[in-house]
Amino acid sequence: MSARIGVVVFPGTNCEHDTVLAFERVGAAASLVWHTDERLDGFDALVLPGGFAHGDYLRPGAIARFSPVMGAVARFAAGGGPVLGICNGFQVLTEAGLLPGALVKNRGLRFVCAPARVRVDSDRSVLTARIEPGTELQIPVNHYSGSYVCDARTLAELRDAGRVVLRYVENPNGSVDDIAGITSPEGNVVGLMPHPERASDALVGSADGLPLLRAMVAAAAAVRAA
Amino acid sequence: MRYAARVEVRLRPGIADPEGATIERALPALGFDDVREVRAGRSFRFEVDAEDEDGARRRAEELAHRLLANPVIEDSDVEVREAAPAGGSR
Repeated sequence: MSARIGVVVFPGTNCEHDTVLAFERVGAAASLVWHTDERLDGFDALVLPGGFAHGDYLRPGAIARFSPVMGAVARFAAGGGPVLGICNGFQVLTEAGLLPGALVKNRGLRFVCAPARVRVDSDRSVLTARIEPGTELQIPVNHYSGSYVCDARTLAELRDAGRVVLRYVENPNGSVDDIAGITSPEGNVVGLMPHPERASDALVGSADGLPLLRAMVAAAAAVRAA
Repeated sequence: MRYAARVEVRLRPGIADPEGATIERALPALGFDDVREVRAGRSFRFEVDAEDEDGARRRAEELAHRLLANPVIEDSDVEVREAAPAGGSR
């Protein structure tokens, strides 16, 4: 049976259908989960997709963090379940404290919407497992608050433990240390600003997101088999 | 008792503040070339029901720390005073 992936939808989320399609494309059974659901039984992995959860009011992710589903997401993550936050989903995960640091307004207050070259810098996560470090991928970014910041100690921890999983080849937003994506100490919670679901077919410019999505599905399948 | 609270949230020192920097760059053109160190932030006002001013301040600070500010990147200041009586002007 296919790995089952829950795609969490907040009011204002807008990338959920692309995300479902992209995961189906790599063999998963993906379905939507509304943000008031508090039970996530039966899912092998969770994805918080891009958009503007709760209108991005206050700060991106600040209100979404208090949505009823987030308690269940935190328990799923604490149990080792694979959790992926894409763009706004990454912002939600940092606000919820499931990943360290924060995402602030881009350098120069510039909204960026463009293909970005990113490099896989660590394979110690559910998103990058078995992808050779150094591999470059072209994946679109589309954000206003994507500049990653954290204190010096957190940055040292992330670097030393191989928890910076993706870096920009050319930094589009002022992120510290060119960080595009990070993971939790156990590697099961990952957040990234680029949109791998928008790079799932050469017809739309790049299929470079597929290896990342496949790694996530493999991690979910491992949960299912366990 | 009802208390009026004001919470000011701004980026912590060391966190880039592109909004403040952009405002500062625009100032000389308006003749404000004597203004420095502009930091942008935001302010929230709300009312709290509490036994006394200290209780109201504690609740306002809790709200500031849990929601209004992200302590990873932002500092907050809280001011509390007795609210004007109901129906009074604010």
